[in-house]
Amino acid sequence: MGERIRHLVIKEFIQLLRDRRMRAFLFIVPVIQVFVLGYAATFDVNSVSTVVIDFDRSSESREIIRRFTSSGYFSVKANLTEDREVIPLLDKGKTLCVIEIEKGFSERLRKGIPSEIQVLMDGTDSNTAMIATGYVHSVLKKYGSPKGGTDKSPFRTRIWYNPDLRSKNYMVPGVISLIVMLTSLIVTSMSIVREREVGTIEQLMVTPIKPVELIVGKTIPPALICFFDMILVTIVGLFWFNIPIRGSFLLLALCTAIYLLSTLGIGLFISTLAKTQQQAIMATFLFFQPAILLSGFATPIENMPQVFQYLTYLNPLRYFLVIVRGIFLKGNGFDILWTEMAMLFLLGFLIFTLSSVRFRKRLN
Amino acid sequence: MVDEYAVEIKGLTKKFGDFTAVDRIDLKVRRGEIFGFLGPNGAGKSTTIKMLCGLIMPSSGSGTVGGFDIWTEPEEIKMNIGYMSQRFSLYEELTVMENIDFFSGIYNVPRNKKKQRKAWVLNMAQIEEKKDHPVKTLAGGLKQRLALGCAILHEPPIIFLDEPTSGVDPLSRRNFWRLIEEMAGEGKTVFVTTHYMDEADNCHRLVLIHRGKIIAEGTPSELRSSYMKFDIAELLVDQPFVAMDILRDAGLEASLHGETVHVSLESYESCQDEIGRILKNAGLTIKGIEKVPPSLEDVFVTLVEGRE
Ligand SMILES: Nc1ncnc2c1ncn2[C@@H]1O[C@H](COP(=O)(O)OP(=O)(O)OP(=O)(O)O)[C@@H](O)[C@H]1O
Ligand SMILES: [Mg+2]
Repeated sequence: MGERIRHLVIKEFIQLLRDRRMRAFLFIVPVIQVFVLGYAATFDVNSVSTVVIDFDRSSESREIIRRFTSSGYFSVKANLTEDREVIPLLDKGKTLCVIEIEKGFSERLRKGIPSEIQVLMDGTDSNTAMIATGYVHSVLKKYGSPKGGTDKSPFRTRIWYNPDLRSKNYMVPGVISLIVMLTSLIVTSMSIVREREVGTIEQLMVTPIKPVELIVGKTIPPALICFFDMILVTIVGLFWFNIPIRGSFLLLALCTAIYLLSTLGIGLFISTLAKTQQQAIMATFLFFQPAILLSGFATPIENMPQVFQYLTYLNPLRYFLVIVRGIFLKGNGFDILWTEMAMLFLLGFLIFTLSSVRFRKRLN
Repeated sequence: MVDEYAVEIKGLTKKFGDFTAVDRIDLKVRRGEIFGFLGPNGAGKSTTIKMLCGLIMPSSGSGTVGGFDIWTEPEEIKMNIGYMSQRFSLYEELTVMENIDFFSGIYNVPRNKKKQRKAWVLNMAQIEEKKDHPVKTLAGGLKQRLALGCAILHEPPIIFLDEPTSGVDPLSRRNFWRLIEEMAGEGKTVFVTTHYMDEADNCHRLVLIHRGKIIAEGTPSELRSSYMKFDIAELLVDQPFVAMDILRDAGLEASLHGETVHVSLESYESCQDEIGRILKNAGLTIKGIEKVPPSLEDVFVTLVEGRE
């Protein structure tokens, strides 16, 4: 039994690693994903492109502009003195934020009269606009308070965003859950469907190989590759993005193994549905997209309509996300994560068993 | 204990929905025999073989392969058969040696025999110097011999070959049949399907199947003499296609044989002149006409057309 599985695993690895596109998918795509999600898909708002119109031209107004520039949140592009040049810039999306300092600003400030600064914000992306507004407030508040102790500016500052929680820290561990799912779905279903498409499955079925051996032999290679990818993403996260891993790596590995039960099971299931490799890829993405949306990967589950919230309980990604983020960022251990682990195991066990049964039926 | 028959089936039937692909087939294959299973496209040859190999379940009927029941002992059957499917089923991106390694592992070839069996395949397929080449780079004839080698690494006593020579050049086909004869010489049973009627003459016994039903069986010479009540005239003409159509329109049974046209006649002597007349009226000249012994193809054409 072990001998046949061993030969099947070796064969699968040769096929996977000899195919250039597959190699790229297995080892380069994960790295690209980490970088894309680590840098691009971040909710952090940095270097908001900003235009300043300074009518006052005083040392005070220049100080305010300097504060905006040095805060790191704003990249001040132009220092215009003409009001009417500004609107087109906003319209065309050339700038997100316009700060206008009126004439007489410094004079009023010196006299202790409340002085005003006008801020125009492009609200198309409401999230970014909100966060940037928060930054404006905090910059102005800092400027206002050390001078004379009372807040002279009319702004009331609220903290909209916690600048210490970088979204990289939140996103990169999440990438592990996506990579593991995508890799196991694609590799498992494709390797089985390819054999059916080419006709080699028939040759396998006349050998004394048992369905169980076939299932084990077909799922070990994607499982090992997923472990490799998990370690790869962790290393990039630790050393490139300086993301802390506060919990136990061994626990992470154990949870990945539990998570794999579900993802490999789903891959197996897709292999029973798809007739061609293309169909397998399509089915994978048809499953993958909603699975991400209903996982809490990008948007909090609490914000979803009730029905969808219930649906997330059937999504293995949901539990694994809580686990990876908990291990990486909060240093959670088994004592805290055990409910998620138990649910993940239960779900994985069900999915894998059902898929195996279907797979065996499909063979005959 | 030792059966006389390697394969024995009774009333074997396979239905796909309403369609009956194999219809109550009975047949017996003796041990050590080269058994030819012939039939036109869609006759049910592959379906029958797949039922015997345990790849699909019959709808009804019974059968044994190597003395094991096809319903209840598929695992035992698998240990005793080699099967080469109609589509070449090697792993194209793996090298020759990797394919051989893989199948010897899957078939559990005993450790002490492995080396010898692998060498045997390389030698049999005459593929020694290509052993590190990916299979996809091999010519059809080599692939086909390698596929055979991989299918019989475990030295099964019964071998099923489903159109092993389709799409292969004539020289490779002849070589392949030599291999089949060698295996039969060693006492192995070979159950082979083919489209090529010239190959059928290499078989010890034949069964003709048409639309899921057996329409004739016997040795090649039995088939020739007992099913062929007609004489065969072989015509050499400039436009064999046109000639065939004209003769068919005239109500005769005509078929193409390479460059020539074969016509089956009640009696060659009495009909010879009439053929000449029909073709001359149509403006064709006959370059030659002679009476030939019926080939298996003639027998086959006659039998199948008689059923249409
Ligand atoms: N899985 C299936 N579902 C439905 N019909 C099928 C199936 N497999 C085969 N058939 C039909 O059964 C008939 C017999 O097919 P089979 O493959 O056995 O023919 P064959 O004699 O091997 O022909 P060929 O020389 O083309 O290989 C065909 O009409 C085919 O379309
Ligand atoms: Mg066939």
